[in-house]
Amino acid sequence: MISNLINRKIFTLLKVQYSNMLEYRVEIALWAISGIIPFFMLNIWTSNALNESIKISDIMLSRYFVSAFFVRQFSVVWVVFSFEEDSLMGKLSPYLIQPINPFFRYFAQHIAEQITRFPFALIIAIFFFVFNPESIWIPNLDILFLSIISTFLSFLIQFLIQSIVACLCFWTEKASSIERLLFIPTLFLSGLLAPVASFPEYVKSWIFLTPFPYLIDFPANLLSGNETNISGGFSMQIIWILLLFPVFRKIWSAGTKKYTAMGS
Amino acid sequence: MKNIIDVKNLSKSFDISSKKPGLKGTIAHFFNRKTKSLRVINDISFEIKEGEIVGFLGANGAGKTTILKILCGLIYPSQGSILVSGFLPFRRKDNFLKNITLIMGQKQQLIWDLPPIESFYLNAAIYDLDRFEAKKRIKKLSDMLEIDEELFIPVRKLSLGQRMKSELLAALIHEPNILFLDEPTLGLDINAQRNLRKFLKKYNKETNATICLTSHYMKDITSLCKRVICVHNGSISYDGKLDLLLNKLSPIKEILLVCRSEEDAIKLQNSGFSIKNKTKNEITIIVENKSITTSLKTILDNFDIEDLYINEPPVDEIIGKILIKKDYDI
Repeated sequence: MISNLINRKIFTLLKVQYSNMLEYRVEIALWAISGIIPFFMLNIWTSNALNESIKISDIMLSRYFVSAFFVRQFSVVWVVFSFEEDSLMGKLSPYLIQPINPFFRYFAQHIAEQITRFPFALIIAIFFFVFNPESIWIPNLDILFLSIISTFLSFLIQFLIQSIVACLCFWTEKASSIERLLFIPTLFLSGLLAPVASFPEYVKSWIFLTPFPYLIDFPANLLSGNETNISGGFSMQIIWILLLFPVFRKIWSAGTKKYTAMGS
Repeated sequence: MKNIIDVKNLSKSFDISSKKPGLKGTIAHFFNRKTKSLRVINDISFEIKEGEIVGFLGANGAGKTTILKILCGLIYPSQGSILVSGFLPFRRKDNFLKNITLIMGQKQQLIWDLPPIESFYLNAAIYDLDRFEAKKRIKKLSDMLEIDEELFIPVRKLSLGQRMKSELLAALIHEPNILFLDEPTLGLDINAQRNLRKFLKKYNKETNATICLTSHYMKDITSLCKRVICVHNGSISYDGKLDLLLNKLSPIKEILLVCRSEEDAIKLQNSGFSIKNKTKNEITIIVENKSITTSLKTILDNFDIEDLYINEPPVDEIIGKILIKKDYDI
Protein backbone atom coordinates (compact mmCIF):
# COMPACT_ATOMS: atom_id res chain seq x y z
CA MET A 1 0.00 0.00 0.00
CA ILE A 2 2.70 2.47 1.11
CA SER A 3 4.99 1.38 -1.72
CA ASN A 4 2.08 1.85 -4.15
CA LEU A 5 1.59 5.41 -2.94
CA ILE A 6 5.30 6.16 -3.22
CA ASN A 7 5.39 4.61 -6.66
CA ARG A 8 2.43 6.71 -7.77
CA LYS A 9 4.07 9.87 -6.46
CA ILE A 10 7.34 9.08 -8.21
CA PHE A 11 5.62 7.91 -11.39
CA THR A 12 3.48 11.08 -11.56
CA LEU A 13 6.50 13.26 -10.80
CA LEU A 14 8.43 11.56 -13.59
CA LYS A 15 5.55 11.80 -16.03
CA VAL A 16 4.98 15.49 -15.37
CA GLN A 17 8.68 16.32 -15.43
CA TYR A 18 9.08 14.37 -18.68
CA SER A 19 6.25 16.41 -20.24
CA ASN A 20 8.01 19.52 -18.98
CA MET A 21 11.37 18.41 -20.37
CA LEU A 22 9.85 17.74 -23.78
CA GLU A 23 9.06 21.46 -23.88
CA TYR A 24 12.83 22.02 -23.80
CA ARG A 25 13.86 19.41 -26.39
CA VAL A 26 15.99 21.85 -28.41
CA GLU A 27 17.90 22.90 -25.30
CA ILE A 28 18.39 19.26 -24.33
CA ALA A 29 19.74 18.46 -27.79
CA LEU A 30 22.22 21.32 -27.38
CA TRP A 31 23.20 20.11 -23.90
CA ALA A 32 23.77 16.63 -25.33
CA ILE A 33 26.00 18.10 -28.04
CA SER A 34 27.86 20.14 -25.43
CA GLY A 35 28.85 16.89 -23.74
CA ILE A 36 31.19 15.77 -26.48
CA ILE A 37 34.38 16.57 -24.52
CA PRO A 38 35.35 12.85 -24.48
CA PHE A 39 35.50 12.84 -28.30
CA PHE A 40 37.87 15.82 -28.29
CA MET A 41 39.97 14.09 -25.67
CA LEU A 42 40.03 10.92 -27.77
CA ASN A 43 41.34 12.91 -30.70
CA ILE A 44 44.08 14.48 -28.56
CA TRP A 45 45.09 11.09 -27.15
CA THR A 46 45.20 9.21 -30.42
CA SER A 47 46.77 11.93 -32.56
CA ASN A 48 49.62 12.22 -30.08
CA ALA A 49 49.86 8.45 -29.52
CA LEU A 50 49.59 9.06 -25.80
CA ASN A 51 47.71 5.79 -25.31
CA GLU A 52 50.86 3.80 -26.04
CA SER A 53 52.30 4.86 -22.71
CA ILE A 54 49.38 3.28 -20.83
CA LYS A 55 49.17 0.24 -23.06
CA ILE A 56 45.61 0.78 -24.29
CA SER A 57 44.95 0.21 -27.97
CA ASP A 58 43.37 2.91 -30.15
CA ILE A 59 40.18 0.90 -30.40
CA MET A 60 39.86 0.29 -26.67
CA LEU A 61 40.61 3.93 -26.01
CA SER A 62 37.95 5.08 -28.43
CA ARG A 63 35.46 2.67 -26.82
CA TYR A 64 36.44 4.09 -23.43
CA PHE A 65 35.73 7.67 -24.52
CA VAL A 66 32.43 6.72 -26.21
CA SER A 67 31.45 5.01 -22.97
CA ALA A 68 32.62 8.04 -20.99
CA PHE A 69 30.41 10.16 -23.24
CA PHE A 70 27.39 7.95 -22.47
CA VAL A 71 28.10 7.80 -18.75
CA ARG A 72 28.48 11.57 -18.65
CA GLN A 73 25.22 12.05 -20.58
CA PHE A 74 23.31 10.04 -18.00
CA SER A 75 25.00 11.32 -14.89
CA VAL A 76 24.98 15.07 -15.46
CA VAL A 77 23.63 16.85 -12.39
CA TRP A 78 22.60 20.47 -12.07
CA VAL A 79 20.50 20.34 -8.91
CA VAL A 80 22.58 23.01 -7.18
CA PHE A 81 21.68 25.59 -9.82
CA SER A 82 17.96 24.77 -9.77
CA PHE A 83 17.88 24.72 -5.98
CA GLU A 84 19.80 27.98 -5.71
CA GLU A 85 17.42 29.72 -8.10
CA ASP A 86 14.33 28.34 -6.38
CA SER A 87 15.74 29.29 -3.01
CA LEU A 88 16.62 32.85 -4.01
CA MET A 89 13.43 33.48 -5.98
CA GLY A 90 11.15 32.15 -3.26
CA LYS A 91 9.95 29.19 -5.32
CA LEU A 92 11.18 26.78 -2.69
CA SER A 93 8.57 27.85 -0.12
CA PRO A 94 5.55 26.15 -1.72
CA TYR A 95 7.61 22.98 -2.21
CA LEU A 96 8.66 22.96 1.43
CA ILE A 97 5.12 22.83 2.69
CA GLN A 98 4.21 19.82 0.59
CA PRO A 99 4.49 16.33 2.06
CA ILE A 100 7.38 15.35 -0.19
CA ASN A 101 10.99 16.39 0.06
CA PRO A 102 11.66 19.00 -2.68
CA PHE A 103 14.73 17.03 -3.76
CA PHE A 104 12.39 14.36 -5.14
CA ARG A 105 11.23 16.99 -7.65
CA TYR A 106 14.80 17.72 -8.70
CA PHE A 107 15.57 14.02 -8.83
CA ALA A 108 12.58 13.44 -11.12
CA GLN A 109 13.65 16.40 -13.26
CA HIS A 110 17.06 14.79 -13.77
CA ILE A 111 15.67 11.37 -14.64
CA ALA A 112 13.15 12.95 -17.02
CA GLU A 113 15.93 14.94 -18.63
CA GLN A 114 18.01 11.79 -19.07
CA ILE A 115 15.11 10.04 -20.80
CA THR A 116 14.66 13.06 -23.09
CA ARG A 117 18.39 13.21 -23.72
CA PHE A 118 18.73 9.53 -24.66
CA PRO A 119 17.80 9.75 -28.38
CA PHE A 120 20.11 12.74 -28.90
CA ALA A 121 23.00 10.96 -27.21
CA LEU A 122 22.32 7.90 -29.34
CA ILE A 123 22.36 9.97 -32.56
CA ILE A 124 25.71 11.52 -31.55
CA ALA A 125 27.15 8.07 -30.83
CA ILE A 126 25.88 6.74 -34.17
CA PHE A 127 27.61 9.64 -35.91
CA PHE A 128 30.81 8.73 -34.11
CA PHE A 129 30.56 5.08 -35.15
CA VAL A 130 29.85 6.02 -38.77
CA PHE A 131 33.25 7.72 -38.88
CA ASN A 132 34.96 5.14 -36.64
CA PRO A 133 33.39 1.78 -37.61
CA GLU A 134 36.31 -0.15 -36.10
CA SER A 135 35.22 1.08 -32.64
CA ILE A 136 31.77 -0.54 -32.81
CA TRP A 137 31.23 -3.17 -30.16
CA ILE A 138 28.25 -4.82 -28.59
CA PRO A 139 28.67 -5.39 -24.86
CA ASN A 140 27.06 -8.54 -23.53
CA LEU A 141 23.80 -8.12 -21.62
CA ASP A 142 25.34 -8.70 -18.19
CA ILE A 143 27.95 -6.02 -18.75
CA LEU A 144 25.38 -3.67 -20.23
CA PHE A 145 23.14 -4.16 -17.20
CA LEU A 146 26.03 -3.63 -14.75
CA SER A 147 27.12 -0.55 -16.68
CA ILE A 148 23.64 0.94 -16.46
CA ILE A 149 23.58 0.25 -12.72
CA SER A 150 27.02 1.78 -12.18
CA THR A 151 26.06 4.82 -14.29
CA PHE A 152 22.96 5.26 -12.14
CA LEU A 153 25.06 4.92 -8.98
CA SER A 154 27.46 7.50 -10.41
CA PHE A 155 24.48 9.79 -10.97
CA LEU A 156 23.35 9.18 -7.38
CA ILE A 157 26.79 10.08 -6.00
CA GLN A 158 26.89 13.29 -8.02
CA PHE A 159 23.30 14.09 -7.11
CA LEU A 160 24.07 13.65 -3.42
CA ILE A 161 27.26 15.72 -3.60
CA GLN A 162 25.46 18.54 -5.38
CA SER A 163 22.46 18.29 -3.06
CA ILE A 164 24.77 18.73 -0.08
CA VAL A 165 26.34 21.76 -1.75
CA ALA A 166 22.87 23.02 -2.68
CA CYS A 167 21.80 22.90 0.97
CA LEU A 168 24.55 25.42 1.70
CA CYS A 169 22.14 27.92 0.10
CA PHE A 170 20.51 28.04 3.51
CA TRP A 171 23.69 29.70 4.80
CA THR A 172 25.18 31.35 1.75
CA GLU A 173 23.19 32.59 -1.22
CA LYS A 174 25.76 31.50 -3.80
CA ALA A 175 26.29 27.83 -3.12
CA SER A 176 26.86 27.20 -6.82
CA SER A 177 30.29 28.83 -6.50
CA ILE A 178 31.31 25.91 -4.24
CA GLU A 179 30.03 23.54 -6.91
CA ARG A 180 32.23 25.30 -9.48
CA LEU A 181 35.18 24.60 -7.21
CA LEU A 182 34.21 20.93 -7.06
CA PHE A 183 33.91 20.81 -10.84
CA ILE A 184 37.69 21.05 -11.21
CA PRO A 185 38.54 17.74 -9.46
CA THR A 186 35.45 16.18 -11.07
CA LEU A 187 36.76 17.13 -14.50
CA PHE A 188 40.32 15.96 -13.94
CA LEU A 189 39.93 13.00 -11.61
CA SER A 190 36.72 11.42 -12.86
CA GLY A 191 38.17 10.03 -16.08
CA LEU A 192 36.41 12.45 -18.37
CA LEU A 193 39.62 13.91 -19.77
CA ALA A 194 41.82 10.84 -19.35
CA PRO A 195 41.37 7.30 -18.07
CA VAL A 196 42.49 7.16 -14.46
CA ALA A 197 44.81 4.29 -15.53
CA SER A 198 46.95 6.91 -17.25
CA PHE A 199 47.73 8.67 -13.94
CA PRO A 200 50.99 7.97 -12.09
CA GLU A 201 50.76 5.17 -9.53
CA TYR A 202 51.18 7.40 -6.46
CA VAL A 203 48.38 9.72 -7.70
CA LYS A 204 46.11 6.77 -8.48
CA SER A 205 46.51 5.38 -4.98
CA TRP A 206 44.78 8.39 -3.44
CA ILE A 207 42.43 9.19 -6.34
CA PHE A 208 40.72 5.86 -5.76
CA LEU A 209 39.94 6.91 -2.21
CA THR A 210 37.88 9.83 -3.52
CA PRO A 211 34.45 9.47 -5.17
CA PHE A 212 35.67 10.95 -8.48
CA PRO A 213 36.94 7.87 -10.38
CA TYR A 214 33.62 6.14 -9.71
CA LEU A 215 31.75 8.88 -11.53
CA ILE A 216 33.03 8.27 -15.08
CA ASP A 217 36.13 6.08 -15.14
CA PHE A 218 34.66 2.99 -13.46
CA PRO A 219 31.35 2.83 -15.40
CA ALA A 220 33.11 3.74 -18.68
CA ASN A 221 35.75 1.03 -18.23
CA LEU A 222 33.00 -1.44 -17.38
CA LEU A 223 30.94 -0.59 -20.47
CA SER A 224 33.86 -0.45 -22.86
CA GLY A 225 35.25 -3.79 -21.73
CA ASN A 226 38.50 -2.37 -20.37
CA GLU A 227 40.06 -4.02 -17.39
CA THR A 228 38.44 -2.91 -14.13
CA ASN A 229 37.72 -4.17 -10.63
CA ILE A 230 33.96 -4.66 -10.85
CA SER A 231 33.19 -5.64 -7.25
CA GLY A 232 35.63 -3.03 -5.90
CA GLY A 233 34.10 -0.32 -8.08
CA PHE A 234 30.53 -1.13 -7.06
CA SER A 235 31.54 -1.39 -3.40
CA MET A 236 33.13 2.05 -3.50
CA GLN A 237 30.10 3.54 -5.26
CA ILE A 238 27.78 2.10 -2.61
CA ILE A 239 30.08 3.18 0.23
CA TRP A 240 30.11 6.75 -1.09
CA ILE A 241 26.32 6.78 -1.37
CA LEU A 242 26.01 5.44 2.17
CA LEU A 243 28.44 8.08 3.41
CA LEU A 244 26.90 10.98 1.53
CA PHE A 245 23.23 10.25 2.21
CA PRO A 246 23.32 10.83 6.01
CA VAL A 247 25.42 13.97 5.45
CA PHE A 248 22.72 15.22 3.09
CA ARG A 249 19.96 14.39 5.58
CA LYS A 250 21.82 16.16 8.37
CA ILE A 251 22.60 19.29 6.39
CA TRP A 252 19.05 19.39 4.99
CA SER A 253 17.57 19.18 8.47
CA ALA A 254 19.91 21.87 9.82
CA GLY A 255 19.41 24.04 6.74
CA THR A 256 15.62 24.08 6.82
CA LYS A 257 15.84 25.44 10.35
CA LYS A 258 17.91 28.31 8.98
CA TYR A 259 15.53 28.93 6.07
CA THR A 260 14.28 32.48 6.00
CA ALA A 261 11.97 32.14 2.98
CA MET A 262 13.59 35.11 1.31
CA GLY A 263 12.10 36.30 -1.93
CA SER A 264 8.68 35.10 -0.90
CA MET B 1 -15.52 26.05 18.63
CA LYS B 2 -12.07 24.79 19.49
CA ASN B 3 -8.83 26.63 18.89
CA ILE B 4 -7.04 25.45 15.78
CA ILE B 5 -4.10 27.86 16.11
CA ASP B 6 -2.53 28.55 19.44
CA VAL B 7 0.45 30.91 19.65
CA LYS B 8 2.14 31.83 22.90
CA ASN B 9 5.01 34.29 23.37
CA LEU B 10 6.25 33.84 19.83
CA SER B 11 9.42 35.68 18.84
CA LYS B 12 11.58 35.51 15.75
CA SER B 13 14.94 37.09 15.09
CA PHE B 14 16.91 37.18 11.86
CA ASP B 15 20.63 37.77 11.51
CA ILE B 16 21.15 40.52 8.99
CA SER B 17 24.34 42.07 7.71
CA SER B 18 24.54 45.75 6.87
CA LYS B 19 26.87 47.43 4.41
CA LYS B 20 27.93 51.02 4.09
CA PRO B 21 27.70 52.55 0.61
CA GLY B 22 30.68 53.07 -1.70
CA LEU B 23 33.87 51.18 -2.46
CA LYS B 24 35.23 51.61 1.07
CA GLY B 25 32.04 50.15 2.50
CA THR B 26 32.17 47.26 0.04
CA ILE B 27 35.77 46.39 0.93
CA ALA B 28 35.07 46.69 4.65
CA HIS B 29 31.98 44.49 4.17
CA PHE B 30 34.07 41.90 2.30
CA PHE B 31 36.75 41.58 4.99
CA ASN B 32 34.77 42.28 8.12
CA ARG B 33 31.13 41.42 7.67
CA LYS B 34 29.09 42.69 10.57
CA THR B 35 25.82 41.02 11.34
CA LYS B 36 23.24 41.96 13.87
CA SER B 37 20.22 40.18 15.18
CA LEU B 38 16.97 41.82 14.18
CA ARG B 39 13.86 40.89 16.12
CA VAL B 40 11.01 40.83 13.62
CA ILE B 41 8.41 39.17 15.84
CA ASN B 42 8.31 40.24 19.41
CA ASP B 43 6.61 38.07 22.03
CA ILE B 44 3.18 37.74 20.47
CA SER B 45 0.32 35.52 21.58
CA PHE B 46 -3.04 34.82 19.99
CA GLU B 47 -5.52 32.06 19.32
CA ILE B 48 -7.61 31.36 16.25
CA LYS B 49 -10.73 29.24 16.29
CA GLU B 50 -11.73 26.64 13.73
CA GLY B 51 -13.57 28.20 10.80
CA GLU B 52 -12.51 31.78 11.60
CA ILE B 53 -11.29 34.16 8.91
CA VAL B 54 -8.66 36.40 10.43
CA GLY B 55 -6.97 39.30 8.69
CA PHE B 56 -3.42 40.27 9.60
CA LEU B 57 -2.93 43.98 9.12
CA GLY B 58 0.28 45.92 9.22
CA ALA B 59 2.59 48.16 7.27
CA ASN B 60 5.28 46.66 5.02
CA GLY B 61 7.88 44.95 7.19
CA ALA B 62 5.60 44.86 10.26
CA GLY B 63 6.00 41.08 10.49
CA LYS B 64 2.63 39.76 9.31
CA THR B 65 4.05 37.60 6.50
CA THR B 66 6.69 36.24 8.87
CA ILE B 67 3.89 35.21 11.24
CA LEU B 68 2.14 33.33 8.43
CA LYS B 69 5.39 31.66 7.40
CA ILE B 70 6.01 30.53 10.97
CA LEU B 71 2.44 29.25 11.30
CA CYS B 72 2.72 27.13 8.18
CA GLY B 73 6.11 25.75 9.22
CA LEU B 74 8.30 27.47 6.66
CA ILE B 75 10.32 29.37 9.22
CA TYR B 76 11.66 28.09 12.49
CA PRO B 77 10.62 30.27 15.45
CA SER B 78 13.29 31.70 17.78
CA GLN B 79 11.12 31.52 20.91
CA GLY B 80 7.64 30.63 22.04
CA SER B 81 5.19 27.84 21.49
CA ILE B 82 2.96 27.29 18.47
CA LEU B 83 0.37 24.65 17.85
CA VAL B 84 -1.43 24.53 14.54
CA SER B 85 -4.09 21.86 14.23
CA GLY B 86 -2.36 20.06 17.09
CA PHE B 87 1.06 20.01 15.37
CA LEU B 88 4.31 21.87 15.86
CA PRO B 89 4.45 23.50 12.40
CA PHE B 90 8.24 23.68 12.06
CA ARG B 91 8.49 19.89 12.26
CA ARG B 92 6.58 19.76 8.97
CA LYS B 93 5.05 16.33 9.57
CA ASP B 94 3.18 14.95 6.59
CA ASN B 95 -0.15 14.91 8.44
CA PHE B 96 0.29 18.59 9.30
CA LEU B 97 1.25 19.54 5.75
CA LYS B 98 -1.80 17.71 4.42
CA ASN B 99 -3.94 19.97 6.62
CA ILE B 100 -2.63 23.33 5.47
CA THR B 101 -1.87 25.39 2.43
CA LEU B 102 -0.01 28.61 1.78
CA ILE B 103 -0.80 30.89 -1.12
CA MET B 104 1.44 33.81 -1.86
CA GLY B 105 0.30 36.39 -4.38
CA GLN B 106 2.66 36.56 -7.37
CA LYS B 107 4.53 33.43 -6.26
CA GLN B 108 3.62 30.30 -8.06
CA GLN B 109 3.93 26.60 -7.68
CA LEU B 110 2.42 25.76 -11.07
CA ILE B 111 4.80 24.40 -13.69
CA TRP B 112 5.31 27.33 -16.03
CA ASP B 113 5.44 25.52 -19.37
CA LEU B 114 2.67 23.00 -18.77
CA PRO B 115 -1.10 23.42 -18.48
CA PRO B 116 -2.31 23.77 -14.86
CA ILE B 117 -4.08 20.39 -15.05
CA GLU B 118 -0.63 18.68 -15.00
CA SER B 119 0.30 20.47 -11.79
CA PHE B 120 -3.06 19.55 -10.28
CA TYR B 121 -2.54 15.84 -10.92
CA LEU B 122 1.00 16.11 -9.62
CA ASN B 123 -0.23 17.76 -6.41
CA ALA B 124 -2.97 15.16 -6.14
CA ALA B 125 -0.34 12.39 -6.25
CA ILE B 126 1.83 14.23 -3.72
CA TYR B 127 -1.15 14.43 -1.36
CA ASP B 128 -1.97 10.73 -1.90
CA LEU B 129 -5.21 11.28 -3.79
CA ASP B 130 -6.18 8.67 -6.34
CA ARG B 131 -6.97 9.71 -9.90
CA PHE B 132 -10.75 9.42 -9.45
CA GLU B 133 -10.79 11.55 -6.30
CA ALA B 134 -8.44 14.08 -7.91
CA LYS B 135 -10.73 14.37 -10.94
CA LYS B 136 -13.73 14.91 -8.68
CA ARG B 137 -12.00 17.63 -6.68
CA ILE B 138 -10.63 19.38 -9.76
CA LYS B 139 -14.16 19.45 -11.19
CA LYS B 140 -15.64 20.79 -7.95
CA LEU B 141 -12.99 23.48 -7.44
CA SER B 142 -12.91 24.53 -11.08
CA ASP B 143 -16.69 24.98 -10.96
CA MET B 144 -16.36 27.08 -7.82
CA LEU B 145 -13.56 29.12 -9.35
CA GLU B 146 -15.30 29.32 -12.71
CA ILE B 147 -12.35 28.06 -14.73
CA ASP B 148 -12.57 25.44 -17.42
CA GLU B 149 -10.64 25.80 -20.67
CA GLU B 150 -7.80 27.52 -18.82
CA LEU B 151 -6.91 24.20 -17.22
CA PHE B 152 -5.54 22.97 -20.52
CA ILE B 153 -3.57 26.05 -21.57
CA PRO B 154 0.14 26.35 -20.59
CA VAL B 155 0.50 28.48 -17.46
CA ARG B 156 2.76 30.97 -19.22
CA LYS B 157 -0.12 31.84 -21.58
CA LEU B 158 -2.66 32.53 -18.81
CA SER B 159 -3.58 35.98 -17.52
CA LEU B 160 -2.66 36.86 -13.93
CA GLY B 161 -6.25 36.34 -12.78
CA GLN B 162 -6.52 32.94 -14.48
CA ARG B 163 -3.15 31.97 -13.05
CA MET B 164 -4.19 32.97 -9.55
CA LYS B 165 -7.35 30.88 -9.82
CA SER B 166 -5.26 27.93 -11.00
CA GLU B 167 -2.82 28.53 -8.12
CA LEU B 168 -5.74 28.40 -5.72
CA LEU B 169 -6.99 25.18 -7.23
CA ALA B 170 -3.52 23.62 -6.99
CA ALA B 171 -3.21 24.75 -3.40
CA LEU B 172 -6.64 23.49 -2.38
CA ILE B 173 -6.81 20.17 -4.16
CA HIS B 174 -6.00 18.34 -0.92
CA GLU B 175 -8.85 20.18 0.83
CA PRO B 176 -6.78 21.74 3.60
CA ASN B 177 -8.62 22.97 6.65
CA ILE B 178 -6.25 25.87 7.27
CA LEU B 179 -5.45 28.38 4.53
CA PHE B 180 -2.62 30.86 4.87
CA LEU B 181 -3.05 33.56 2.25
CA ASP B 182 -0.37 36.16 1.83
CA GLU B 183 -1.64 38.99 -0.37
CA PRO B 184 -3.72 36.65 -2.54
CA THR B 185 -5.24 39.47 -4.60
CA LEU B 186 -1.95 41.25 -5.31
CA GLY B 187 -1.93 42.54 -8.87
CA LEU B 188 -5.41 41.28 -9.74
CA ASP B 189 -7.98 43.52 -11.39
CA ILE B 190 -11.15 44.52 -9.52
CA ASN B 191 -13.30 41.74 -10.98
CA ALA B 192 -10.69 39.08 -10.31
CA GLN B 193 -10.31 40.36 -6.74
CA ARG B 194 -14.07 40.21 -6.21
CA ASN B 195 -14.29 36.67 -7.65
CA LEU B 196 -11.47 35.50 -5.44
CA ARG B 197 -13.14 36.93 -2.33
CA LYS B 198 -16.43 35.32 -3.36
CA PHE B 199 -14.65 32.00 -3.75
CA LEU B 200 -12.90 32.23 -0.38
CA LYS B 201 -16.18 33.04 1.37
CA LYS B 202 -17.84 30.07 -0.29
CA TYR B 203 -14.92 27.77 0.50
CA ASN B 204 -14.99 28.84 4.14
CA LYS B 205 -18.75 28.32 4.34
CA GLU B 206 -18.71 24.91 2.68
CA THR B 207 -15.66 23.43 4.39
CA ASN B 208 -15.46 25.43 7.64
CA ALA B 209 -11.79 26.02 6.81
CA THR B 210 -9.82 28.49 8.89
CA ILE B 211 -8.34 31.32 6.86
CA CYS B 212 -5.45 33.56 7.88
CA LEU B 213 -5.06 36.39 5.44
CA THR B 214 -2.76 39.32 4.87
CA SER B 215 -3.66 41.95 2.34
CA HIS B 216 -3.05 45.58 1.61
CA TYR B 217 -6.41 45.76 -0.17
CA MET B 218 -8.83 46.80 2.53
CA LYS B 219 -11.75 45.40 0.57
CA ASP B 220 -10.26 41.91 1.09
CA ILE B 221 -10.18 42.47 4.81
CA THR B 222 -13.56 44.15 5.21
CA SER B 223 -15.45 41.67 3.06
CA LEU B 224 -13.82 38.52 4.46
CA CYS B 225 -12.65 39.10 8.01
CA LYS B 226 -14.73 39.70 11.10
CA ARG B 227 -11.58 39.64 13.19
CA VAL B 228 -8.28 41.39 12.55
CA ILE B 229 -4.87 41.19 14.17
CA CYS B 230 -2.88 44.39 13.69
CA VAL B 231 0.87 43.95 13.70
CA HIS B 232 3.19 46.86 14.39
CA ASN B 233 6.97 46.38 14.49
CA GLY B 234 6.57 42.69 15.27
CA SER B 235 4.08 43.19 18.10
CA ILE B 236 0.32 42.90 18.13
CA SER B 237 -1.25 46.33 18.48
CA TYR B 238 -4.85 45.17 18.18
CA ASP B 239 -6.58 41.81 18.14
CA GLY B 240 -10.36 41.85 17.92
CA LYS B 241 -13.42 42.56 15.85
CA LEU B 242 -12.94 44.72 12.79
CA ASP B 243 -16.25 46.54 13.35
CA LEU B 244 -15.22 47.51 16.84
CA LEU B 245 -11.92 48.85 15.60
CA LEU B 246 -13.51 50.86 12.83
CA ASN B 247 -16.08 52.23 15.21
CA LYS B 248 -13.43 53.20 17.69
CA LEU B 249 -11.26 54.88 15.10
CA SER B 250 -14.11 56.53 13.28
CA PRO B 251 -16.96 57.06 15.74
CA ILE B 252 -18.86 59.54 13.57
CA LYS B 253 -20.63 59.67 10.24
CA GLU B 254 -21.43 62.60 7.99
CA ILE B 255 -24.98 62.96 6.66
CA LEU B 256 -25.65 65.17 3.68
CA LEU B 257 -29.28 66.30 3.75
CA VAL B 258 -30.99 67.92 0.75
CA CYS B 259 -33.92 69.98 2.03
CA ARG B 260 -36.95 70.89 -0.15
CA SER B 261 -36.35 74.61 0.54
CA GLU B 262 -33.67 76.86 1.89
CA GLU B 263 -35.98 77.76 4.82
CA ASP B 264 -36.01 74.11 5.88
CA ALA B 265 -32.22 74.06 5.70
CA ILE B 266 -31.98 77.14 7.94
CA LYS B 267 -34.48 75.58 10.37
CA LEU B 268 -32.37 72.42 10.47
CA GLN B 269 -29.19 74.47 10.97
CA ASN B 270 -30.67 75.98 14.12
CA SER B 271 -32.04 72.74 15.55
CA GLY B 272 -28.98 71.79 17.58
CA PHE B 273 -27.23 69.27 15.26
CA SER B 274 -23.49 69.56 14.75
CA ILE B 275 -23.13 71.20 11.34
CA LYS B 276 -20.16 70.66 9.08
CA ASN B 277 -21.23 72.95 6.25
CA LYS B 278 -24.25 74.40 4.48
CA THR B 279 -24.89 75.59 0.93
CA LYS B 280 -28.40 76.82 -0.01
CA ASN B 281 -30.73 73.89 0.67
CA GLU B 282 -27.95 71.34 1.30
CA ILE B 283 -26.59 70.81 4.76
CA THR B 284 -24.02 68.37 6.12
CA ILE B 285 -24.35 67.27 9.73
CA ILE B 286 -22.05 65.14 11.89
CA VAL B 287 -23.66 62.37 13.93
CA GLU B 288 -22.19 59.80 16.28
CA ASN B 289 -22.49 56.21 15.03
CA LYS B 290 -24.44 55.12 18.09
CA SER B 291 -27.13 57.79 17.64
CA ILE B 292 -27.48 57.67 13.88
CA THR B 293 -30.89 55.95 13.84
CA THR B 294 -32.52 58.27 16.35
CA SER B 295 -31.01 61.36 14.71
CA LEU B 296 -32.30 60.33 11.30
CA LYS B 297 -35.77 59.61 12.68
CA THR B 298 -35.91 63.06 14.32
CA ILE B 299 -34.83 64.77 11.10
CA LEU B 300 -37.24 62.88 8.83
CA ASP B 301 -40.14 63.46 11.28
CA ASN B 302 -39.56 67.18 11.68
CA PHE B 303 -38.08 68.44 8.41
CA ASP B 304 -39.04 68.21 4.75
CA ILE B 305 -36.08 66.25 3.34
CA GLU B 306 -35.85 65.58 -0.38
CA ASP B 307 -32.78 63.32 -0.29
CA LEU B 308 -29.99 62.19 2.03
CA TYR B 309 -26.53 60.59 1.79
CA ILE B 310 -24.59 58.94 4.61
CA ASN B 311 -20.85 59.27 4.16
CA GLU B 312 -18.45 56.99 5.97
CA PRO B 313 -14.76 57.84 6.02
CA PRO B 314 -12.91 55.43 3.65
CA VAL B 315 -11.84 52.24 5.42
CA ASP B 316 -8.36 52.60 3.88
CA GLU B 317 -7.99 55.90 5.69
CA ILE B 318 -9.01 54.42 9.02
CA ILE B 319 -6.86 51.34 8.63
CA GLY B 320 -3.99 53.57 7.57
CA LYS B 321 -4.06 55.05 11.08
CA ILE B 322 -3.65 51.59 12.58
CA LEU B 323 -0.57 50.86 10.57
CA ILE B 324 1.34 53.75 12.08
CA LYS B 325 0.12 53.49 15.67
CA LYS B 326 1.47 51.15 18.27
CA ASP B 327 -1.50 50.41 20.52
CA TYR B 328 -5.26 50.32 20.23
CA ASP B 329 -6.79 49.75 23.58
CA ILE B 330 -10.37 48.85 22.71
